[in-house]
Amino acid sequence: MTVAAPAEAATPGRSEEPRRRTGPLRRIRRSYDQFWYAWAMCAPVVVILGVLVGYPLVLGIMYTFTDATSLNVGHTIGVNKIPDTFSWVGLKQYVDILSGPDNQFWPHFWWTIIWTVSCVAITVSLGLGLAVLLNRQVRGRTFYRVLLVLPWAVPTFVTIFSWRLLLSDGGAVNHLLGALGLGQPEWLSDPLWQKIAAIGVNVWVGVPFMMISMLGGLQAIPTELYEAAEMDGATPWQRFRHVTLPGLRPVSSTLILLGVIWTFNQFNVIFLLFGSTNGDSVQILVTYSYRLFFGQNPMDYAGAATVGVLCLSILIVFTEFYRRWIRRMQGAQA
Amino acid sequence: MSQTTSDSTIAKDGRTTSDSRSAKDGRTTPDSRSARKSRGRGRRGPLASVGLHSVLAVAAFIAAFPVAWVAYVSLGPGEYDYQHPQRIAAHASFSNYDHVLNHTDFFTWLGNSTIVALGTTVVGVLVAASAGYAVSRIRFLGRGSLMYTFLLTQMFPVSVLIVPLYKILANTKLLDTYPGLILVYCTTAVPYCAWLLKGYFDTIPVEIDEAGRIDGLSPFGTFWRLILPLARPGLAVAAFYTFLTAWGEVAFASYFLLSPDKFTLAVGLQQFVSQYNSQWNYLAATGVLIAIPAAAFFYLVQKHLVTGLTSGGTKG
Repeated sequence: MTVAAPAEAATPGRSEEPRRRTGPLRRIRRSYDQFWYAWAMCAPVVVILGVLVGYPLVLGIMYTFTDATSLNVGHTIGVNKIPDTFSWVGLKQYVDILSGPDNQFWPHFWWTIIWTVSCVAITVSLGLGLAVLLNRQVRGRTFYRVLLVLPWAVPTFVTIFSWRLLLSDGGAVNHLLGALGLGQPEWLSDPLWQKIAAIGVNVWVGVPFMMISMLGGLQAIPTELYEAAEMDGATPWQRFRHVTLPGLRPVSSTLILLGVIWTFNQFNVIFLLFGSTNGDSVQILVTYSYRLFFGQNPMDYAGAATVGVLCLSILIVFTEFYRRWIRRMQGAQA
Repeated sequence: MSQTTSDSTIAKDGRTTSDSRSAKDGRTTPDSRSARKSRGRGRRGPLASVGLHSVLAVAAFIAAFPVAWVAYVSLGPGEYDYQHPQRIAAHASFSNYDHVLNHTDFFTWLGNSTIVALGTTVVGVLVAASAGYAVSRIRFLGRGSLMYTFLLTQMFPVSVLIVPLYKILANTKLLDTYPGLILVYCTTAVPYCAWLLKGYFDTIPVEIDEAGRIDGLSPFGTFWRLILPLARPGLAVAAFYTFLTAWGEVAFASYFLLSPDKFTLAVGLQQFVSQYNSQWNYLAATGVLIAIPAAAFFYLVQKHLVTGLTSGGTKG
């Protein structure tokens, strides 16, 4: 997750900047003459993303203004092609979802916010803490590191299956709690404990990635800075606060942004932990929209796409604010 | 590069342990306050060491336990053994593995998963590397918006894309084929890998490119012969990430693969649950078998993992 801060500093002035104050066409022309190979190198990505993300997205947004379901969207059965028969309904889907009679959007929305904030906060702080510990000279560091990365290395549909066993009513977690004389909550069926279980499992899944990325960030901080701080008599906490945290900022700011995006859209954990039938209140917006789609017959495609587009808009707005905030912080620092 | 850093820290380790002895001696002097100050990073008392190790051990235990648990449950031959784990130890056997390997389509699924995951890794890493290199080195028009687009694609929920993607794949005859699934996986893995690799390429001095150009290599030649070999740690991490993304993906695979002989492990496992009415013991055994290749792949790249995620290359 390199995400590299040094990047920004290193690139400017590497090659000639196209001169300003020329017409857009000429600028494109000049850029093409100079950098055609750069464009050629980006072309595969642009084509793949354009065809498989851009175009579907446009179609998806289009569907939100229709009443498309699995029955009236064109599809193929054997050799028979069934054409599209859905009709345009304008903003009806958005109005229905945001203020309709069976309003399910807002509870899911608030839960999604709580879920994202708590997951990212816990994951980032645990990841940072473990990275700091692993960055010291510890005997058996590789051993710890290999074990700590396991939750990332093993596919989620295996590990979450294991968590289902562990968290079930007579499972190992409750045995342990019982042995300690604590209560034995119904992790997978009580609405409150479901949420706690979901956050816990997602943190478990997410920490290794954060830890490894933070560890990389830590190792990029020059040792001279620590030595200088030591010479000035800084306590370990002061060194952490004034050397480690600022040094990590380029890595951590991107990590937090990606963490928010990925957690907001985290599909696997909730879907696999609670299956497709139980746990209505624990569904975040993404799984809720998936449920609108797959969980009923006919599949409400327009509704699912509308929730999806709302998710996307929330994330875009958030990213914009976050980037501005980071830029202002950097400006204040400089 | 990774080797040199770890070597140097080890060397430093040796030095710091001897330092810590002298620091301990120093603490016996009357001015204990300044002595405590002089105890720097990496030098710590025995109590701190115990604390450090116990925190790490607890964390490692929590991280590894659920994985170990699946392995343990998979040894119980009975259908309901997972509810009574204490029974398993007495009559542990590999009968679940025997059943999964010999009486299911496990090897078909494994083969399909391998094709798809490796295909995604090769295509995805190459495509991401070339884009990351271009964005890292060349200030061409639109590089900023390209990076922002990469970020944007991470925000799309599955549910918006899945039906239009289905239509596109059906129209291009890619539905229910390996290339179709590989391309779809690339859309999720490539943007992040391009970010990652761009950051890595940024740490490789641009003088190397210039030297290559002076020696008469084309821009592509520079990229292929000079930069890619230097970026191996970064590529390893990108490969790891891409492989895992493809290996563990469920939603797209279960929607885009139609014929049973094309099923990947993730899809096959689901079939398995409904078909056998949730026999968790077989599920656990299959889970372990699925985890082994991923863990092996991880073990191969883990040396590069940390350095690949941040700095690298040569320090000019």
